Amino acid sequence: MSASTHAASPSPRKPRLVCPAGSLRALTLAIDAGADAVYMGLKDATNARNFAGLNFDLAQAREGIAYARSRGREVLMALNTFADARAPERWFAAVDAAAELGIDALICADTAVLAHARDHHPQLRLHLSVQASATTREAIEFYRERYGIRRAVLPRVLTLSQVEQVCRHSTVEIEVFGFGSLCVMVEGRCALSSYATGQSPNTAGVCSPPSAVRWEDGAGGVSARLNGVLIDRYAPDEPRGYPTLCKGRFDVDGTRDYALEEPTSLNTLSLLPQLMDMGIAAIKIEGRQRSPAYVEQVTRVWRAAIDDCAAQPSRFAVQPEWTAALGRWAEGQQHTLGAYDRPWR
Amino acid sequence: MNRIALTVGPVLYYWPRRTLLDFYAEVAESPADTVVLGEVVCSRRHEMKADDWLSLARELAACGKEVVLASQALLESVADLRAMHRWADQHEFLVEAGDASALRALAGRPFVLGPHINVYSEPALREHAALGAIRWVAPVELGLDALALINPPAAPVAGGPGADTPIATEVFAFGRLPLAFSARCFTARHFHLNKDDCGFRCIEHPDGLLLDTTEGQPFLALNGIQTQSAAQHCLIADAPALRAAGVRRARLSPTAQHFGTVTALFDSVCNSGADALAAAAELDALSLPGGLVNGYAHRRPGLERMPA
Repeated sequence: MSASTHAASPSPRKPRLVCPAGSLRALTLAIDAGADAVYMGLKDATNARNFAGLNFDLAQAREGIAYARSRGREVLMALNTFADARAPERWFAAVDAAAELGIDALICADTAVLAHARDHHPQLRLHLSVQASATTREAIEFYRERYGIRRAVLPRVLTLSQVEQVCRHSTVEIEVFGFGSLCVMVEGRCALSSYATGQSPNTAGVCSPPSAVRWEDGAGGVSARLNGVLIDRYAPDEPRGYPTLCKGRFDVDGTRDYALEEPTSLNTLSLLPQLMDMGIAAIKIEGRQRSPAYVEQVTRVWRAAIDDCAAQPSRFAVQPEWTAALGRWAEGQQHTLGAYDRPWR
Repeated sequence: MNRIALTVGPVLYYWPRRTLLDFYAEVAESPADTVVLGEVVCSRRHEMKADDWLSLARELAACGKEVVLASQALLESVADLRAMHRWADQHEFLVEAGDASALRALAGRPFVLGPHINVYSEPALREHAALGAIRWVAPVELGLDALALINPPAAPVAGGPGADTPIATEVFAFGRLPLAFSARCFTARHFHLNKDDCGFRCIEHPDGLLLDTTEGQPFLALNGIQTQSAAQHCLIADAPALRAAGVRRARLSPTAQHFGTVTALFDSVCNSGADALAAAAELDALSLPGGLVNGYAHRRPGLERMPA
């Protein structure tokens, strides 16, 4: 099925493809490449990808929504940081703005934000953000009972059988991450970035913020520092990655290595038949901070794969050209199934 | 002047049973008001079973301590959920919620909000107060100014069933900061072991396994699936600021060494009028691993040390 003829309402067992839009350009490319839904955030600290030059002002949001709507697709808004104690009303204003824009669902994590949406915009569909760290069916049930969430995005720490367990018992739709950067820590419960820089996903919508990064050329190679803390040092001929704190090389007991996580990307393409079989409602592509070209190409591959898998699940095979296309966008050019398949378990 | 009650937080490390029981025998004799018991990091650790924790809880209660049972922060399996319900189903002791599953199980009765429940604003605290929370252990990364805004000292949020008790703010005041959780065990990873066959190597590291930067700066500590700060977060010098921010309780996180001294020093400053800076100097002199930091309290990076 080509992107242009892709149906707006896939059959119930066909997971919806939810793609990142850090800009209007990324949004339109994602839609054209076959995304069922895109997710975006406003230009402020109310969402977890609060980077300069990213995200939407209200006019851009309106334009993006109109573009998606005219093609039968959805726009979700991420409002998934925790309201700042100094000005929680800014988060509530963002909820009001989302409702006024007519977005298809709000993705949030903070109980204060969820409560505001529930009390003031009961018609607004709520998705529980991965930042809410709901790893069990009972945690998800808590948010459904109190806030009426309709879908939950699962943290990237669960194994496939744990995902299945949650899915089987869940009374709401389940969305999982399919591709992109990998958080090895449970989302919404990681303060590593604020420990080093003062800013974290929960408090500022950023992790290892660019403003804290310093690159230094020295005799021993190139050093990447985060607020002065040496995260990694690269030999002159070594490929360099962004110094995300948990993906640096450190010394433990005299051994220098990636002590927490190697810089790899999550890629669950090969798990598609199993994910579809367990009734996953949506698959999310990570990367609102990535380029429009990334969004377009990753969306195109996943569109093809989901359609292929839905058409003939028993004969599904990951096409080499998909892997090659995704490989170009992977961190450290490496893929992993992440926690879904724990070789380290 | 208001007392600042002292809470001995849950032991975050895996200590041999004998070590643990000896530790709590000392705690029983210490000036601490409250003791939080239970395994909150890794469900594979088995030196203490649920019944062992409960008998220890009764012994500490008999010594006059308030006992709180804490549920695990990251629940993944059905067995993890069962362990959480074991605490939620008993009514002998107060329970500290580690995640939203526990919030659901505890709603409607008095309970404690653990430090890994994300409460970052007053409206969020009100949401949890409506469930029955009577005490709030603030997320470690919040500054004292934020604490005062979230649970204002002059008009604290009312909590508990019927919402009549003012919620007491508790701050993580001493110890290596619990910064992150993963499904993956970093201690096992370091030893090239699988998590399900980890050999319980974390038992060899009673204060965690130190992680240094390549240039030798102590940075983090690995404690199984938990990542901590290498430095000891210490708010003893900030005691007057804690009081001003409406903090009613200080949580001291157990360390393998000098914990009795730490407790005594906090008690002297918080409740006997001892000089905060002099006590801080005494703690400095203990040369605790990783040194002392307090950046978070001042809305700075957590690894910084700021003048009180």
